[in-house]
Amino acid sequence: MSASILIIAEHDGAALGIGTAKCVACAATVPQAEITIVVCASDASAVARQAAALQGVSRVLTVEHPIHAHPLAAAIAPQIAALAGPYTHVLGPSSTFGKDVMPRIAALLDTAQVSDIMAVEGPHRFRRPIYAGNAIVTVAVPEDTKVVGTVRTASFHAAAAGGTAPIEKVDAPVEPPQHTRFVSTSAATSDRPDLQTAARVISGGRALGSAEAFQMLYQLADKLGAAVGASRAAVDAGYAPNELQVGQTGKIIAPDLYVAVGISGAIQHLTGIKDARTIVAINKDPEAPIFEVADLGLVGDLFEIVPQIEQLL
Amino acid sequence: MMKRIVVGIKRVVDYNVRIRIKPDGSGVVLDGVKMSVNPFDEIALEEALRIKERGLAEEVIVATIGPPDCQSQLRTCLAMGADRAVHVLSDAPTEPLTTAHILLKLIEREQPFLVLLGKQAIDEDNGQTGQMLAALWQRPQATFASKIELAEGKAQVTREVDAGLEILEVDLPAVVTVDLRLNEPRYVKLPEIMKAKKKPLESLSLESLGVTPRAHLTTVRVAAPPQRQKGIRVDNAAALVAALKEKGLLPS
Ligand SMILES: Cc1cc2nc3c(=O)[nH]c(=O)nc-3n(C[C@H](O)[C@H](O)[C@H](O)COP(=O)(O)OP(=O)(O)OC[C@H]3O[C@@H](n4cnc5c(N)ncnc54)[C@H](O)[C@@H]3O)c2cc1C
Repeated sequence: MSASILIIAEHDGAALGIGTAKCVACAATVPQAEITIVVCASDASAVARQAAALQGVSRVLTVEHPIHAHPLAAAIAPQIAALAGPYTHVLGPSSTFGKDVMPRIAALLDTAQVSDIMAVEGPHRFRRPIYAGNAIVTVAVPEDTKVVGTVRTASFHAAAAGGTAPIEKVDAPVEPPQHTRFVSTSAATSDRPDLQTAARVISGGRALGSAEAFQMLYQLADKLGAAVGASRAAVDAGYAPNELQVGQTGKIIAPDLYVAVGISGAIQHLTGIKDARTIVAINKDPEAPIFEVADLGLVGDLFEIVPQIEQLL
Repeated sequence: MMKRIVVGIKRVVDYNVRIRIKPDGSGVVLDGVKMSVNPFDEIALEEALRIKERGLAEEVIVATIGPPDCQSQLRTCLAMGADRAVHVLSDAPTEPLTTAHILLKLIEREQPFLVLLGKQAIDEDNGQTGQMLAALWQRPQATFASKIELAEGKAQVTREVDAGLEILEVDLPAVVTVDLRLNEPRYVKLPEIMKAKKKPLESLSLESLGVTPRAHLTTVRVAAPPQRQKGIRVDNAAALVAALKEKGLLPS
């Protein structure tokens, strides 16, 4: 039996999110998969073109409705549930967008969801992390059941461009509910690399002690072309904004280089960086658990070491 | 009608425990392991209590689904300040969709204006129950909340999303799942623990609610994650920079 996979596009109205290309890569590991991407938007044209250009995609569907100007789960889920009939799998990224909308779709389809797929062992068999990544479970979905899942984006390389899939407009299958309204978003705009896609990330912990001290990391990050991340303790203390949090309840990332500065290495933090190629730890406590996972460890005072590194670059 | 908030809680392995995997790969060792209220659910309960303390709700009900042992977590919640507890007995763990169906039955009975849940349970890390419940109930959902403001018949919820913060307005009743920064749960004091023993705790069977649990997913095996190779220590900043250069990790 071949698989017919529907992927829900994540986008901001103009650009397709990287998570969608990762979903395509995940879907492509299902044997004989035919991949369709669906874009719900108020004007889907730009995003649909980007989706159609992903390698491995057979078809792009667009559902246009003014309510889809913002990604409201309550509005998107019934559209997808209505379109999902012919598909064997419905996938979305394990971003806050996908985590919000996919379970709502699964419930409307009266089926379970497989969260955070990190590997495909077969069309109905997947590996996923549990207990903050301290265990990996292999789960099986019955053969006759539709698979609904979110894709752990750090586990897959984005599908490359080079495809030319046809784009097909479909009429919005249902009239979305009005009970949920978008008010505003405060997305920090920055010229720095995006935390989720950056090749290098420098993260600061509670030890930084202030938002001012975090500036030191930004300076170093700029020299390295790196994104800046933070531990939960640093975010809770107000040293860094919430979107920088790395870990079980923040972002799961897979950069080539991760530098943890003044971060102890709690399991909830480590689960966010397990896929980093090289981990560097700078910590004054030689017993800090971060050293157990660090490829390169330097014991010492960050307030001395960070400026020294910057000088040396 | 009494203004009620229902809070769903789950008994999970305490977040400080380093879990062990059973040698036969059938699951995680739970015998003799410290169990607690899922930390996100504690935050959900704290928020419900604060809403009540502001005079915007009259009763806070905690509900859980699980084996008899869960009563101890429900007592903790009553000691925190919940008015009463509902325990739906199930010896086997329920999948999120079944959990949502059970919670829906309780909602139909209690008619809350707000349902608060943790955004995920730290055992299975599924993060599904709230959204599934909202879908079945055909009501709004606001996930990953870091701020909840109530007005007449609606709520403004600030959500922690990948891009930053997003504000949604939802009509009530609604399901809100909470994130870590919403509040800091209170500590339970001894007199409260004593008082909680007298608060009502009702046990219900799945049959009495008319829900038949369904298991869609089967666990094939549970394994340890791949371990990282132990690394090396360097002595100073210069050695670190040199090592990074050698690995080709610095921008050219
Ligand atoms: C349900 C739940 C979910 C969570 N999710 C996350 C998550 O997603 N992400 C996350 O990060 N955490 C998360 N946490 C929190 C986590 O358990 C830790 O509390 C947190 O990661 C600690 O942050 P930290 O390492 O910055 O602070 P600390 O643990 O306080 O560590 C500070 C470190 O800095 C070192 N230090 C101090 N001064 C200096 C100096 N001058 N120079 C060098 N080093 C110094 C210390 O030796 C110490 O190791 C979660 C917790 C729970 C319960």
